[in-house]
Amino acid sequence: MSEKKTNRRDFLFTATYAVGAVGVGATIWPMIDQMNPDASVKALASTEVDISSVNPGKTITVLWRGKPVFIRRRTQEEISEAKSVKLEDLKHPERDEDRAANPEWLVMLGVCTHLGCVPLDQKGDYNGWFCPCHGSHYDTSGRIRKGPAPTNMEIPKYEFVNANTIKIG
Amino acid sequence: MSEHDYTPKSKFGKWFNDRLPLLTLANHLTDYPTPKNLNYWWTFGGILTFCLITQIVTGLVLAMHYIAHADMAFDSVEHIMRDVNYGWLIRYIHANGASMFFLAVYIHIFRSLFYGSYKAPREIIWIIGIIIYLLMMAAAFMGYVLPWGQMSFWGATVITNLFSAIPLVGEGIVTWLWGGYSVDNPTLTRFFTLHYLIPFLILGLVVLHIWALHVPGNNNPVGIDIKKPSKDTVPFHPYIVIKDGFALLMFMIVFAFFVFYTPNILGHADNYIEADPLVTPAHIVPEWYLLPFYAILRSVPDKLLGVVAMLSAIFILAALPWLDTSKIRSAVFRPLYRQFYWILVADVLILGYVGAMPAEGLYLLIARVATAYYFLHFLVILPILGYKEKTLPIPLSITEPVLGGSPNLAAARNTESFNK
Amino acid sequence: MKNFYRVLSLVTLIFLIPFNLNSAEKIEYLKTDWSFKGLFGKFDRGALQRGYQVYTEVCSSCHSMKYLSYRNLAEKGGPEFTIEQAKAIAASFEVKDGPNADGDMFTRPGRLSDKFVMPYDNVKAAQAANGGAYPPDMSVLVKARGGGVDYIYSLLQGYEDPPAGISLDDGVYYNKYMYGNKIKMSNQLSDGLVEYGDGTKSTVEQMSKDVTTFLMWAAEPHLESRHQMGFKVIVYLTILTILVYFSMKRIWSRIKTEV
Repeated sequence: MSEKKTNRRDFLFTATYAVGAVGVGATIWPMIDQMNPDASVKALASTEVDISSVNPGKTITVLWRGKPVFIRRRTQEEISEAKSVKLEDLKHPERDEDRAANPEWLVMLGVCTHLGCVPLDQKGDYNGWFCPCHGSHYDTSGRIRKGPAPTNMEIPKYEFVNANTIKIG
Repeated sequence: MSEHDYTPKSKFGKWFNDRLPLLTLANHLTDYPTPKNLNYWWTFGGILTFCLITQIVTGLVLAMHYIAHADMAFDSVEHIMRDVNYGWLIRYIHANGASMFFLAVYIHIFRSLFYGSYKAPREIIWIIGIIIYLLMMAAAFMGYVLPWGQMSFWGATVITNLFSAIPLVGEGIVTWLWGGYSVDNPTLTRFFTLHYLIPFLILGLVVLHIWALHVPGNNNPVGIDIKKPSKDTVPFHPYIVIKDGFALLMFMIVFAFFVFYTPNILGHADNYIEADPLVTPAHIVPEWYLLPFYAILRSVPDKLLGVVAMLSAIFILAALPWLDTSKIRSAVFRPLYRQFYWILVADVLILGYVGAMPAEGLYLLIARVATAYYFLHFLVILPILGYKEKTLPIPLSITEPVLGGSPNLAAARNTESFNK
Repeated sequence: MKNFYRVLSLVTLIFLIPFNLNSAEKIEYLKTDWSFKGLFGKFDRGALQRGYQVYTEVCSSCHSMKYLSYRNLAEKGGPEFTIEQAKAIAASFEVKDGPNADGDMFTRPGRLSDKFVMPYDNVKAAQAANGGAYPPDMSVLVKARGGGVDYIYSLLQGYEDPPAGISLDDGVYYNKYMYGNKIKMSNQLSDGLVEYGDGTKSTVEQMSKDVTTFLMWAAEPHLESRHQMGFKVIVYLTILTILVYFSMKRIWSRIKTEV
C-alpha cells in the first residue's frame, strides 16, 4: 500500500468524522437552547407600576420576571442616613446616588444576594432590610452591611415614565 | 457471549473490567461477528435504534413544556410551536418521528418475514420484537391523544371503547380506563404518564432483543447457519457500523424532508381543532400505521368479534415460528412462499388503504376479503406450504454465492489500524 | 446498490399511497401562486401586512386569534412591522387587566406582550351573537382545514346564489367550497372594502389572498426559518452521506465484497 494512498484514506475518514461531529453539535444545540427563556417570557421583560398611592416611608412589592421588586418611597431620615455612610465602611462600596437617582425612590430587586431569599422590610441593625434565612443586614439603600451576603441588593433597569409611573425592565 | 477472552490493555482498564466488565461488553459489540452478506434490509435494526433514541430525547424535551391538563394541553402545544426556542422543530421531529419509527419497524418486520428470521433458534428475538411492536402502538396511540385535538379526543374515545366489547366487565373497564364517564382530564393525565413510561420499557426490551440476537447471531439473506467468526463473517465495527450509518443517513434525509417541508401531511387537520366532546369529526381515521388493524376491526360486523379479530391479527404473529413449518429460512430458496409473501404484502397494503376509506359498499367487501386472506396466509397457507413446497438447493456457505472465490480473510482481520 | 434502490422504491411507494388517499375526495379549489410554498418559500411581507389589515378590519369582529400576541407582528419571518408600529397597533386596543389593588378589573392600552384581544369573552358569547355558530379561532385555522390555504382562499370567494332546489334557512348562506355547501358566515368581502395603505387595489381576490397569507403565517409563524433550516439540513446530510458512502466503499474494499 503506497504512502499516498494512505494519506487519501486518512483524509476521507477524517473528513467524515469532522463533518459528522459538526452535525452532532448542531443537533444538540436546539435541545439545550429550548431550556432558555422562551419568546413569551422574554416579552414580559418590562412591567409598569403605578406609584401614585405610595406614601413616604412605605414600600410596595411588585412581581417582575418572577421576582419581587421593592419600590420604597424613603423618608428624609433614611435618605440622609444612606448618604452619610462612608464608602470605606461598606463591604460592597456603592454611593447612594448611584443606587437611587431620584433619592426619594429606591427601586431594587428584593432578593438577598446570598442565596436568593426575600429580605424583610424595616428590620435588621441598619433600619433597612434583614434576610431571615441566614441573617444578612442591609441598610436604607439596600447595601449589605453585615452577614454572609456578598453584594448589595441589585438595582434593576427602570425609568420614570411620568411622575406616577415607573417602568421596570 | 464472546467466545474469545478479552483483557484490557491498560492497568486501570483491567482493574475496572474485573469489577464491571463494560470493556468486555464493548469489545463484544465491536468484534461481534456479523454475516458479511447482510443487505440493506438489515440496516433497519440500527435505524430503529436511532428512531427510539430520537423519540425519547425529543419527547423528554417536549415534556418540559407540555402541560397534561385538558384545559391547557392544546394551548401548551401551541406555546411549544410558537414561543419555545426551537419548539416547532422538536415537536415536528417527535410527531413525524413516530411515523418514521413505524415505517422502519414495518420494513424490519417484513424483512424478517421474507428471510425467515423468526425461525429457530430465533423465536425469542421474534416474540420480544412483537411485544415491542405492541408497546409502540400503545405509545403512539397515547402520544396522539396528548395534543388534545379533535382526533386525539375521538381517537381516545373510540379506542378505549373497544374494551367495552368484553362481556360483563367491559363497561366497568372502560370507566376505569377513563377515570370518569367520558374521556376527560383524568384520562389525559394517565395517558401522559404511560406515554412517558412506555418508551423506557421499549428500551429495556430492545436490550433483550439485541441480547437474544447476539446468542445465535444474525440471520442472513441466504438463511443458513454460519460458523462465527469465520470467513463468512465480518466484525461489526467498522463494517456493519459504517453500512448502517450510510443507510441511516439516507433515512434521515427522508425524515428531514417530512419535518421541514411537509410536517403535517402525515397528521390529520382535525387535530388542530381543540377537543370538543360535543362534536365528532365527520371522518375518524387513526394514524396511517394503524390503518390495517383498523380495517380488520371494521370488517367484522360484530363488536366483540371485531376486537378479537384485530387483536388476533397481531398475536398470530407471535405464533409464527410454529405456524411456518418449512425448515428453509430464506424466501430466496422458497419459490412458492416468495409469491405468497408478496401477496401478503399487497394484502396488508390493501387493508391499510380500505382502513382509511369509509366502511361501506365496495370498501367493506374488500376489507373483508383482505382480512380473511390475512388469516388464511398464517393459519392455512404457511403450515401447508412447509410440507408441499419444493425448495431450491441451498448453498453450504455464504461465501459461495457471494464471492464465488476464496475470501480475503487477511484483509477482514486487519481492522485494527482503522479503529483509532 | 441494487438492493438499495429496491429499498428506496418501496419506501417511496409506501408514502405515495396515503397521499393519494387523502386527495381522493378533494374538490377543485381555486389556485393562486403562494410565495411561501416550495423549498425556499417565504412570505410576502406586503401581503402579510395587508392581510393583517383585512383581519383587523373585517374578520376580527367575530373571529379571535387567541394564540397570537402583538409582539409577533414585529418578529422576524412575520409581517415585520417595526417595533414602533407594533407598539402603536397594540396600544390601539383596550386590554382587560387586573385585578388592581382595589380588586377591580380595569382596561389599559395593549402592550406588545399582550395576546390579540378577543371579540367575545367566551365561546358561549360568540355563539349567542352568531346564531349558534361559533366563529372558529383563526390562529391555526389553516392547519385545521383539510384543504389548507387553498380552501380558505376559495371559500372567501366561493359565495354564490344557491342552485335551484336548495333552500336556505335564515342566516345560512351558500358557498360552493364549504363542506356541505352551507355556511353561517355571510359573504364578508366586496371590492374596495378596505383601503390599503400601500396603494394595492383591494379586489376580493386580492384581499382573500392577503388574508389567507396572513392566516398561514399565524398558523406557522416559523415557516420561513423551517424552510431555511430544512435546506441546510438536507444539504448537510447529503454531503455527509456521500462522505460515508465513500468511507464505506473503502472499508469494504478490504474484503472484496460488493456492498
